[in-house]
Amino acid sequence: MSSITADGHASHAHSSSEFGVGEFISTYVFSRDHKVIGIQFLFSTLLWFLVGGLLAIGIRWQLAWPWSDMPVIGPMLFSAEGGQISPEFYTMLFTMHATVMTFLVIIPILAGAFGNYLIPLMIGADDMAFPTLNMLSYWVMWPAFFFFGGSFFVAGNGASSGWTSYPPLSSVPESAPGSGLAQTMWLLGLTCVGISSMMGSVNYLTTIIQMRAPGMTMMRLPLTIWGMFITALLQAFALPVLTAAGFMQLLDRTVGTGFFIPEALSVNNSPMAPGGGQPLLWQHLFWFYSHPAVYIMILPAMGMVSDILCCFARKPLFGYKPMVYAMNGIAGLGFIVWGHHMFVSGMNPGLGMTFMVATMMIALPSAVKTFNWLGTIYGGKIQFTTPMLFSLAFVSMFVVGGLSGIFMAATPVDIFIHDTYYIVAHFHYVLFGGTAMAVFGAIYFWFPKMFGRTMNEFWGKVHFLLTFVFLNGTFFTMHILGAVGFPRRLADPYHYETFRHLQPINQFMTICAILMVASQIPFILNFFYSMFFGPKAGRNPWHANGLEWQAPSPPGHGNFDFQPIVYRGPYEYGSPETDQDYYPQTQPPTERGKADVPPTLAAD
Amino acid sequence: MSIPILGTLIIVWAAMDWYPLEGHWFPERVVEDGNIDHLFYFILWLTGIVFIATGILLFWFLWKYDAAKNDQPVVFTHGSHYLEVMWSVVPAIILLFLAIYQMDAWAGARMERPVLANGQPKPPIARVTGRQFEWKMQYPGEDQKFDTPDDLYVTNVLHVPRDEEVVLEIESEDVLHSFFLPNFRVKQDVVPGMKQFIWFKPIKDGSYDIVCAELCGWGHYKMKGQITVQSRNDFDVWLKKTYDEQELSEFSLAEAE
Ligand code: HEM
Ligand SMILES: [Cu+2]
Ligand SMILES: [Cu+2]
Repeated sequence: MSSITADGHASHAHSSSEFGVGEFISTYVFSRDHKVIGIQFLFSTLLWFLVGGLLAIGIRWQLAWPWSDMPVIGPMLFSAEGGQISPEFYTMLFTMHATVMTFLVIIPILAGAFGNYLIPLMIGADDMAFPTLNMLSYWVMWPAFFFFGGSFFVAGNGASSGWTSYPPLSSVPESAPGSGLAQTMWLLGLTCVGISSMMGSVNYLTTIIQMRAPGMTMMRLPLTIWGMFITALLQAFALPVLTAAGFMQLLDRTVGTGFFIPEALSVNNSPMAPGGGQPLLWQHLFWFYSHPAVYIMILPAMGMVSDILCCFARKPLFGYKPMVYAMNGIAGLGFIVWGHHMFVSGMNPGLGMTFMVATMMIALPSAVKTFNWLGTIYGGKIQFTTPMLFSLAFVSMFVVGGLSGIFMAATPVDIFIHDTYYIVAHFHYVLFGGTAMAVFGAIYFWFPKMFGRTMNEFWGKVHFLLTFVFLNGTFFTMHILGAVGFPRRLADPYHYETFRHLQPINQFMTICAILMVASQIPFILNFFYSMFFGPKAGRNPWHANGLEWQAPSPPGHGNFDFQPIVYRGPYEYGSPETDQDYYPQTQPPTERGKADVPPTLAAD
Repeated sequence: MSIPILGTLIIVWAAMDWYPLEGHWFPERVVEDGNIDHLFYFILWLTGIVFIATGILLFWFLWKYDAAKNDQPVVFTHGSHYLEVMWSVVPAIILLFLAIYQMDAWAGARMERPVLANGQPKPPIARVTGRQFEWKMQYPGEDQKFDTPDDLYVTNVLHVPRDEEVVLEIESEDVLHSFFLPNFRVKQDVVPGMKQFIWFKPIKDGSYDIVCAELCGWGHYKMKGQITVQSRNDFDVWLKKTYDEQELSEFSLAEAE
């Protein structure tokens, strides 16, 4: 094992038996143990998930019954307006919903929570390469929480120029109620998230490259790790661009530069002094990061799903290498397709054609992955556990999201559906139907490892079924709205004749959305109940192959109580070489028929 | 366990192809160019087939290889080179075909601005300027030149002649907006500091919504205009009448002061 780890650990090994306040803080608060940091990320992001979900209900309420008093919540939140959502408040709602969901939920739950927790365990390391940096990557999220959270309360009710924060709306304080201090705080929050991800990605890359257990070649890595690895690469290359752009916008707002503000601009009848900039420049810089970011939000999920599917189909992954190449292909192409967000932005239409071809091609690796997942369950012995159900849902929802992407990639069609609910449907299928489903699956799957106890299967299935039904009820219908041209981000779409007949269908979606949020109650209860009272899980409750399942549940400090040595890839389920239907990566090769239980399992 | 999922998925995909609601699809098209609609339906067919095929495969596998029923040993395979090549090459060809197939439509909508008989680009019939939260229209008047004394100004109302290629110049005064005409299949972001042209050929009389499709502030939702298509004759009459009214109101305004 590499020497970096040894240093990293010498300083925070447990020595004394007494457990003082200082010890508590260093173990559970400012911990440098990747597992604790992962769980800290998990709890924080789940909490923000709830916040984001409630903001979404606000949006949906307005679209279903505009200008009507919101029962119960309305008078509590905005009594001044008599419980109604004002258009100013509405712009804040969708801005902060998207911001919270992307920057405080999906990205940190995948990379921060699962990345931290799983990477060292799955590659057989005892911690991250840089434990202190790792701790910092969690703690700089707190200023981000503070800035985003605080921006709800400053004048103007939160940032309100969309999560894409397009200038000049976002740069000129006079242009929108939330474009004052709230927008500045939004930018600072974004910077903190960026720094956190940056620290994380350096750590992940180093750890994966340097600290794999003996025998763990790159081509024996579980796809979860490949997903995390490529995500970290994307972050390392794309994130600096966004951080720089965010900084330029901050300068535009505070010291009066004009990177994104054109000449002779006047907003609200007051002329804006500096100029000479280009609003489209922001869009290029923003999407240069944020398009790869949508893959940051899906690649680790794809990896986790692949692992779960194999485990419960009791079968090797179909096409490991093509899957790895597909992930790399997505990452590579991901850098040259940002312009598809700008087909109607005023960008040179000639460029539109180039971006369109590139975007079409990025659908290809996604297709390859889908077919390989199908190949994986083909001919297996499928166990319908809760994590498996969520993973299967991931596959079917990802198909919908991927296919709807083709409509947008077709530039002429995008002219019509851009900025309509079609887009909203698309990315919710990918992000909620896809990533969030994978995250739920992953929580049920790795929960026994994290807390040493299993979650209740029955309530898990109830949670799955309700979520799945209401998810489709909410988001599938959005395609239909999009086909009518129903624009996103309108506080009152029924102001337009063309969309007036869509109100009933919006009400249907709102009811589904409320029920979808309510469907999370069994999950929350199950989660906390099982954490303390669930049945105790052994090391390897699912009979899985990965290294993490050979460590104790939960793993102690330094993870493994033996030196893991890797003999094969992680997907040897149902191998004819052994009598069990699984073949852990650490189990030495045995003669056919004499598969002895490895010492690590006998310990249970 | 797979039964309830199967049920919901059937509902979901039934919704995709045979959704029974009327009017919940593209709004009426009133321009000549039907490329976007055609392409949309074409892709819908294509993706619909892929969607249903993968859905059926998925559920067939789930049903057939349910561990509770399946006593066969698992198929121990690490993949198939032949299959990988097939399912990379076939989608690649389809996607490339799609990409090339739509280029003309894109060029027609965005790159080939209509020309006059002499080959010059056709001048815009009006200039549309977005500002928080209204659409300002400016017609050049008799002399066909903008910003001269005979210009006509109206707010949120746009009239265009039927059966002619209409070119519009669009601009923004403050933040980004997006000029969206759902019935015309036209959408273009309006960027401050940039002058852009859009064109279409209306073929049906009537009045339709002008929508703002890019977030432009709290009043974004009410940035609504109305576009009226009418015969050349009616259009000229309207132009003249509105111009006279403008003169009149300017005159009376001056007198009142
Ligand atoms: C793989 C996971 C994917 C994720 C996480 C994802 C996510 C997103 C998100 C969040 C947006 C909306 C951005 C906004 O707010 O405007 C978006 C838009 C878009 N996506 Fe995807 N997407 C994925 C796959 C695809 C695929 C496979 C395609 C093409 C075949 C595609 C094509 C597009 C296009 C063209 C847009 C822009 C449409 C517009 O704004 O007019 N996406 N995607
Ligand atoms: Cu506008
Ligand atoms: Cu607008």
